[in-house]
Amino acid sequence: MNILVCVKHVPDTEAAVKIAADGKSIQTQDVNFVLNPYDEYAVEEALRLREARGGEVTLLSAGPEEAKKSLRTGLAMGADKAVHLVCAHRHDTLTLARALAAAAGQIPFDLILCGKQAVDDDEAQLGVMLAEALSLPSVSAIVKLEVLDGKAVARREVESGLEVVETSLPAVFTAQKGLNDPRYPSLKGIMMAKQKKIEEIACAQSDSQVEILDLAYPKSRSGGKIVGQGAAAVPELVRLLHEEAKVL
Amino acid sequence: MKVLVFAEQREGEFRKAALEACGAGRRLAEGGELVGVVIGRGASAAAPKLAAYGPDRILTVEHPQLELYSTEGYTTALEAAIKQEQPDAVLIAGTATGRDLGPRLGARLGVPVLADVINLSWNEGKLAAVRPIYAGKLHLSVRSQAQPGVATTRPKAFPAGAPDPGRQAQISPLEVELAPDAIRARVTQMHSEAEGTIELTEADIVVSGGRGLKSHENFKLLEELARTLGAAVGASRAAVDSGWRTHGDQVGQTGKVVSPTLYIACGISGAIQHLAGMTSSKVIVAINKDPEAPIFKIADYGIVGDVFEVVPALTEAIKAMK
Amino acid sequence: MSDSEKFDCLVVGAGPAGISAALALARAGIQVAVLERGEYPGAKNVMGGILFTTVLNKLLPEFWKQAPVERHVTQRRFSMLSRDGEVALDFRTGAYNEPPYNHTWTVLRSKFDRWFAEQAEAAGVMIVPGMMVSELLVENGKVVGVKTEPGGDELRSDVVISAEGVNSFLAEQVGLRRPHDPRHMAVAVKEVIALPASVIEDRFRISGDEGSAWEVFGQAVQGTFGSGFVYTNKDSISIGVGSTIHDMTRHRLNPNEVLEQFKRHPAIRPLVRGGETLEYAAHMIPEGGFTHLPRMVMDGLILTGDAAGLVNASHYHEGSNLAMASGLYAAETVVEAKRRGDFSAATLSQYANKLEHSFVLQDLRKFQRVSAYFNENPHTLRDYPDVMVRLLSDYFTVSEKPKAEIEKEVIRKFRSEIGVLNLVKDVFKIGRAMR
Ligand SMILES: Cc1cc2nc3c(=O)[nH]c(=O)nc-3n(C[C@H](O)[C@H](O)[C@H](O)COP(=O)(O)OP(=O)(O)OC[C@H]3O[C@@H](n4cnc5c(N)ncnc54)[C@H](O)[C@@H]3O)c2cc1C
Ligand SMILES: Cc1cc2nc3c(=O)[nH]c(=O)nc-3n(C[C@H](O)[C@H](O)[C@H](O)COP(=O)(O)OP(=O)(O)OC[C@H]3O[C@@H](n4cnc5c(N)ncnc54)[C@H](O)[C@@H]3O)c2cc1C
Ligand SMILES: Nc1ncnc2c1ncn2[C@@H]1O[C@H](COP(=O)(O)O)[C@@H](O)[C@H]1O
Repeated sequence: MNILVCVKHVPDTEAAVKIAADGKSIQTQDVNFVLNPYDEYAVEEALRLREARGGEVTLLSAGPEEAKKSLRTGLAMGADKAVHLVCAHRHDTLTLARALAAAAGQIPFDLILCGKQAVDDDEAQLGVMLAEALSLPSVSAIVKLEVLDGKAVARREVESGLEVVETSLPAVFTAQKGLNDPRYPSLKGIMMAKQKKIEEIACAQSDSQVEILDLAYPKSRSGGKIVGQGAAAVPELVRLLHEEAKVL
Repeated sequence: MKVLVFAEQREGEFRKAALEACGAGRRLAEGGELVGVVIGRGASAAAPKLAAYGPDRILTVEHPQLELYSTEGYTTALEAAIKQEQPDAVLIAGTATGRDLGPRLGARLGVPVLADVINLSWNEGKLAAVRPIYAGKLHLSVRSQAQPGVATTRPKAFPAGAPDPGRQAQISPLEVELAPDAIRARVTQMHSEAEGTIELTEADIVVSGGRGLKSHENFKLLEELARTLGAAVGASRAAVDSGWRTHGDQVGQTGKVVSPTLYIACGISGAIQHLAGMTSSKVIVAINKDPEAPIFKIADYGIVGDVFEVVPALTEAIKAMK
Repeated sequence: MSDSEKFDCLVVGAGPAGISAALALARAGIQVAVLERGEYPGAKNVMGGILFTTVLNKLLPEFWKQAPVERHVTQRRFSMLSRDGEVALDFRTGAYNEPPYNHTWTVLRSKFDRWFAEQAEAAGVMIVPGMMVSELLVENGKVVGVKTEPGGDELRSDVVISAEGVNSFLAEQVGLRRPHDPRHMAVAVKEVIALPASVIEDRFRISGDEGSAWEVFGQAVQGTFGSGFVYTNKDSISIGVGSTIHDMTRHRLNPNEVLEQFKRHPAIRPLVRGGETLEYAAHMIPEGGFTHLPRMVMDGLILTGDAAGLVNASHYHEGSNLAMASGLYAAETVVEAKRRGDFSAATLSQYANKLEHSFVLQDLRKFQRVSAYFNENPHTLRDYPDVMVRLLSDYFTVSEKPKAEIEKEVIRKFRSEIGVLNLVKDVFKIGRAMR
């Protein structure tokens, strides 16, 4: 079973992001970029499926030159191949989904895995848009995946409980936290990944259908009122919540 | 302006977030028309309840293939409604369902979707929105160049508005055609959560516990407090990864984003990834024995103390108040 | 990579020592990999910090044109704090505004180390972040490779360079170092505080890319054997305190609390006012100096930088330059060993000779007695600042008392509080220690 995994190179969740001089993007020079955390779940799931059923895991990432670093992380975890859709240009997610769909057309796959969400733009849209662009079914934000012959059964969490979804294959799944525990790349994996060739595909330039107007810092919270120490402070807290904050 | 809102319902009950989306749509329509779309089992029975929340007209879609939610089926239904109505904007509440439906619909229509927005407006006749990015570290203002402008709205970011029982809406069914094999991914089972549990993202009060709780059993203390307050119970990733709570309870960057009126963090240090999920709460209370814990920097009220003493005392104090 | 593949040299740690070594090795055509436990080079590295760059400039001439350096230091300030006063020596010169900028730069290590590692990578070094060396592989008394976590993989090489920094538990594993002695280990805590560049320039009286470096003794560290520091970055300042663990424990001081008090001192508070703390870090510094250096080589292993205890703990606070120099010498030694095909301790001991004949050991020797002096004479750091401030404040206090009388009183007080003889003795001892 051949599996395609879409991965994104994103700022570390710890990073303090700052607005760049253009006012519409972030300063990237001091920021550490990593493989998107949700994509780790996607890669891990793909590796487990391959280990159980054979085949190959191919990674696909669209982005600037540096995106290769995250492709290498995925290769170091154990993926077989990586394809880099080289584009420095910023796209809206639908345009990107179409570009990835075109690239996916050149890679044989039985199933596609994406992360639920990229932790930079926080859209949580690409996987499903990619499925539509490829005319494939999709199940988003899955916490469990079972592949049977020609079909798959996935679970997703919704507000009121858990949905069990059955789909034909090929299909696109997006990985939610809880799907698995991603492995750490081993030293051998890292060394091997450094030597693998990453295939490059040029990305067609196209205009974004979403215009960025402005980027701003949200109003910061200025908390810091310590009501007191230990259980003795409880009456005062309750009074403040009731009388001052008026939330009780 | 004409705005179309997908009003998510299950078994005749509208999701709170869907009512909020209606409220947002009502304001966005300005003097224009607001059309609600209700899909699935129980749609026409539920539709009259929606009228109080602002739509001028409500379309109901019922079909044997649309009894339960499916990405493809609901997309087709919503697409039909949009083709018929030609709205300027389409709003979908950003629930688990809405975040699944929105991108599929956008891709089907060939228009981008402004995801998880917290503010909506018109900018030179185009749909504009503010969306938190980088886990809320920044706010991005964007404008869709496409027609219609489609957005998913973040739960609790828009007020639902008080229901106006006097409001009338014209309710009409919408026929959709669905081939027997149109839906390839289907829900085959639903496991509902235990009766009486309050959904985290909808709760007005959230009581969350972290590594400081030390065990699965100790979360009983928080459940007791939550019951007293009518609150939902959340958790830090440390608590979830320790196996004390399920993934669905996690608050934060890789968990749920909550914006209750009151958030009580117990034994949580306040890591940046946790803050990402709760700093938009109206009032934050922190209980932590370490006065240096970063959570105190953003909490409105803090108690420096042991959760095992403070939480039971708080539960008692609130019981006494009621 | 096949299992039999092996590197010529493995370097543990991507700090200044490790990267310098790896860069020089790669340029000499040696196959080298650097294993770094941090998520990226610099992720875990703490330094005040002034980067002294004589060695860096040799490795990467005119590095400042590309490197993420903050400011070049044109102003140095040494002062003693009493409880509420300060006596200072303040020095600045325009000459330091010219290349090579007196080889003194402020840097933020998380940025600088990452950049430095990228230069090494471009030269052909394989850098593997997120990988901790858990153990050295030793066969027949010879180091033959490393074992790593996560995964437990083993990797072999002709020689290992330990540039693992102050904790140096690998050096301990093979018996080159003994567990740390608290008298020879300082603990330092520091914060980076964000302030607009213009505010920094006004507060420190500098302009453009000029920078200022303050070393502060006495009450800065509550009279212990150590100092506080304030360095200007572009749009932040690094502020911290460090003292020997022994002294801190003896006085029951908590380093965080010492830093908080330092920041609240009337001479320091105006510098940090209104700033937002961006990061906080604690770290150790090996301060044993010349007399407590470990054996630095064994078959297949060389210790460099902090792992080898190479820090000049005097008022220069110099570690990074020594680390880079030692890395460079280690590389030269490995190149020679490779030529001979012999990685025994005998061949590697050339490294020690190179250190001997460079500023590294010559400086450490020069300052060896300074620390001994202050350890034996704690009163100098504890009492002198207070006395000096008191005397000076008596001297400068305006009144209608005739000046001659004031001078007499001050001199009398000085005699009774310190005594000329004691002062002369101390000055003499310090002078001799420094010689
Ligand atoms: C990619 C990524 C994504 C992440 N996503 C999330 C996320 O979505 N949500 C999330 O929460 N975390 C997330 N994290 C993890 C996050 O970095 C922290 O590790 C986590 O939030 C810590 O949880 P905690 O505060 O419960 O535990 P700790 O940081 O260990 O804090 C426990 C606190 O409890 C206090 N305490 C202990 N005992 C008591 C007592 N008896 N009484 C009172 N106080 C006590 C301690 O003082 C301490 O402050 C993520 C991390 C990464 C790398
Ligand atoms: C607060 C403070 C202020 C200072 N100020 C100055 C100053 O102003 N000027 C100056 O010149 N010096 C200063 N120093 C000293 C200077 O930081 C050190 O001397 C210098 O960093 C030593 O370099 P190094 O390469 O030997 O070690 P480090 O910089 O400590 O690097 C060691 C590296 O090895 C990695 N590592 C450790 N163990 C392992 C392992 N087992 N496996 C893999 N990787 C490992 C670490 O993560 C780290 O990246 C200061 C130090 C401190 C703590
Ligand atoms: N540039 C990209 N290249 C490859 N995959 C991507 C890219 N952007 C997003 N993805 C995938 O889509 C998921 C959701 O991203 P998003 O919709 O942008 O939040 C990510 O977790 C990735 O799996």
